[in-house]
Amino acid sequence: MATRSGAGRQRLVVVGNGMAGARTVEEVLARGGAERFDITVYGEEPYGNYNRILLSHVLQGVDDEADIFLNTVAWYAENGIDLRSGVRVQRIDPFGKVVVDGAGGTQPYDRLVIATGSVPFVPDIAHLRDPRRGFHQAVFTFRTLDDTRRMVAYARDHERAVVIGGGLLGLEAAAGLASHGMRVTVVHGPGHLMNAQLDEAAGRILRRSIEALGIEVECGARTTAVRGREQIEGIELRDGRFLPCDMVVLAAGIRPSTEIAEMSGLTVERGIVVDDQMRVPESDDVFAVGECVQHRGETYGLVAPIWEQAKVIADVLTGADPHAAYHGTRTATKLKVAGVDVASMGVVAPERDTDEHVVLSEPRRGVHRSVVIRDGRLIGATLLGDVGRAAFLQGAFERGTALPEERLSLLLDLGGPPAEVSVAELDDHATVCTCNGVSKGAICGAVTGGCRTVGSVMDATRAGKGCGSCKGLVAQVVEWAAGGAVEEDPSASWYVPGIPLTKAELVEQIRARRLLSVSSVFAALAPEGADDARSKMALTSLLRVVWPHDHVDERDARFVNDRVHANIQRDGTFSVVPQMKGGVTTPEQLRTIADVADRYHVPLVKVTGGQRIDLLGVPKEDLPKVWRDLGMPSGYAYGKSFRTVKTCVGTDFCRFGLGDSTQLGIDLESRYQGLESPAKMKLAVSGCPRNCAESLVKDVGVVAVGEGRWDVLVGGAAGAHIRQGDVLATVDSPEEVVRLAGRFMQYYRENAGWLERTYTFVPRVGIERLRALLVEDGEGLAAGLDERMQEAVDAYVDPWQEGAAPVEPGQFRTALPLTPLPQVPVR
Amino acid sequence: MSAEPQVVADLVAGSATAVCRVEEIPPGEGRAFAVAGEQVAVFRLRTGVLRAVSAVCPHRGGPIADGQTDAQVVVCPLHAHVFDLATGACRTGQPPLRTFPVAEADGWVLVGGG
Repeated sequence: MATRSGAGRQRLVVVGNGMAGARTVEEVLARGGAERFDITVYGEEPYGNYNRILLSHVLQGVDDEADIFLNTVAWYAENGIDLRSGVRVQRIDPFGKVVVDGAGGTQPYDRLVIATGSVPFVPDIAHLRDPRRGFHQAVFTFRTLDDTRRMVAYARDHERAVVIGGGLLGLEAAAGLASHGMRVTVVHGPGHLMNAQLDEAAGRILRRSIEALGIEVECGARTTAVRGREQIEGIELRDGRFLPCDMVVLAAGIRPSTEIAEMSGLTVERGIVVDDQMRVPESDDVFAVGECVQHRGETYGLVAPIWEQAKVIADVLTGADPHAAYHGTRTATKLKVAGVDVASMGVVAPERDTDEHVVLSEPRRGVHRSVVIRDGRLIGATLLGDVGRAAFLQGAFERGTALPEERLSLLLDLGGPPAEVSVAELDDHATVCTCNGVSKGAICGAVTGGCRTVGSVMDATRAGKGCGSCKGLVAQVVEWAAGGAVEEDPSASWYVPGIPLTKAELVEQIRARRLLSVSSVFAALAPEGADDARSKMALTSLLRVVWPHDHVDERDARFVNDRVHANIQRDGTFSVVPQMKGGVTTPEQLRTIADVADRYHVPLVKVTGGQRIDLLGVPKEDLPKVWRDLGMPSGYAYGKSFRTVKTCVGTDFCRFGLGDSTQLGIDLESRYQGLESPAKMKLAVSGCPRNCAESLVKDVGVVAVGEGRWDVLVGGAAGAHIRQGDVLATVDSPEEVVRLAGRFMQYYRENAGWLERTYTFVPRVGIERLRALLVEDGEGLAAGLDERMQEAVDAYVDPWQEGAAPVEPGQFRTALPLTPLPQVPVR
Repeated sequence: MSAEPQVVADLVAGSATAVCRVEEIPPGEGRAFAVAGEQVAVFRLRTGVLRAVSAVCPHRGGPIADGQTDAQVVVCPLHAHVFDLATGACRTGQPPLRTFPVAEADGWVLVGGG
């Protein structure tokens, strides 16, 4: 967009590009502000704007960095905003009306918004800092994307962490680090966890829930010093104890970031002081918003008040409502901390003798509920572990509605007003999903716009896609908005979204009715016989498991990768990985691969993590010729299937080898190649416990342990999550390895949820139960499993033979006819 | 199909394109064609209905013709965004696909618009 300037246009400068600053800009734009202002935004971090609340998801690895961005750098350009990211503002001259940046540059403004947010509070602990370099290299704060990245990187090769602070941030940091396999201790000064939101009884129950995650908790403990020069050795506590650790995270709270305001001569108490229009007292043209402000003596660290403040500033700035005013927020919050639901509003505990206090505490279930009532009005509530009543209580808290005489019914679903009443009473602009800032009105809009399931509303609005704690409330709002016309959400127990059956029920029906094709499954079992695009791939896979020989292939029910036997890439080209059993190849194969790569101008040839060679960037129409010229079978790098067996060099050459891992890997791959399964299966065989083939972190891993014996491990992973496999059994021969691995894989194929990797499946079923079923054959399943696996093995056909005789018209026709390929840059 | 008379009329007027024989699109699948400079993904649904939408996913340029379908929607193979085949509307928060009139005449698939 061209920069417009001229008469009547004003310069709006925003200092701070966090959630408050960016939201204020969005609200200004939503009121036609682009016509009125040339907008400049300063951001200290070198990015667009992201959802800081979700950093804990990035730390845990459940969200990618890309998932948490609210506005990319491109968004600023598209909206004509001059984004100065990575630039630190030094001070403001409210009289000369200029902003001075750290490099001495100046930027005049007509209107200014300060949104500098907050900074981590750093407790007084000796040796936290290195005199030359700032913080000790093993000491972290948890505030920014860069902080999070550094923590993830450091957690990879360190083992013990201490998190200082047992509030929301500290517990999220602890859970995140624990998910990286670290041993974590939370050291908290006050007597119970989350003392700002919970009373002591609730804090004790939360502590048990946190400890159940394997996280150690020290309450009432002050950290006095960090010990260790280059590496950290541990921390010292005031009571004289020493906690060994090699990483320290400071999460003891936040403080308003007021340095710029102070340098600029603005009034700062606990935060930057503002009036009801969010203006500073010194200038009518300077506003402040977010965690950096102090309004009527209060500072806020939650998003709901910030969204309200941003609207007020935008109303005043654009003239949409020159008299808009912010009157403070009664903060009610509902969130998930380290997997535990917490809702809290108002006061934590009774303050006067006449306050009523109703408590329902169930430590065994990890549930605690309490309310505080004054003069017949709800002034505080705390819910832990079960937040089913949160919506109702929040309504009563915010609106001050009359309460039932039987106070206990406030905490129980019995007798209290049904949930729909409180949803109906919520204002349209009430925020339902605080993570993504989705209001009740936006959810109702999605329902009016045609969404008929909770899932589709969540897709359309992103409500419930942050911490997930509001999903129940989202569902209630959808039900209420749809007036009973809401369709059943595909239950989590169904194998596929389009058919309301669990996997066991579905398999039973498929067998009983001899359903051989995906369309016959839909016709017989789906509601009204309707087909469902998102269920087809899973059903195709399942039918091949149930009927290895007899299933009727319907090509449209396959995912494109399985139609053309290659892995689709971001530009619509494909990657081709020829079979190379056990990662063993020959000079001839390498020559052939090199010739093919030359002949078809393959842009990238890459050795994969599974010890294969990947030819990337092959257009669909070239696939048959590439396969023909390779003359090698498919390596199955594209399917939800048995993928690869990685091996080390075993006994032939290695000085340490205890077993012929290379041959065993080739044998496993020869037997189980290409088997479809609920999710991919990656295997490895190592010839000694040095585990050069990384057998401990594979879906099925095999390790030679000497004297002809082999450990068989299952359920390992080394991707987004790291999990060491569990030993299923130690067996005496390669033949037994092959048989037991096959039996496990068949059990997994028959019982795992769609896309459920073994690292979830194995802990869900339990290794003891798997041993009882598969090794000890306690329920007589083994023979049947072995037999059905044999049937699947016998049905194997190399899919690349389809290159010579395509099975359907246009199978290898390009799907992007005018787009020059490849679009991925060639190295 | 409601669009059919108009498309046949367009063909007579010379503004629709015959892209392929019907049997060249397997049931439930899509194939992509260039129609008057536009990339169009044409689907033959298992119900027999023909649908035509723009061939490039507005999210990250995925090949829509390679997507899986049911009677209502197509799912982009790259990031599983879901589009209504009749209206082009996205059910997963992306901008819509453009729709094109499409019909069968004498065993040919005709695509209008462009």
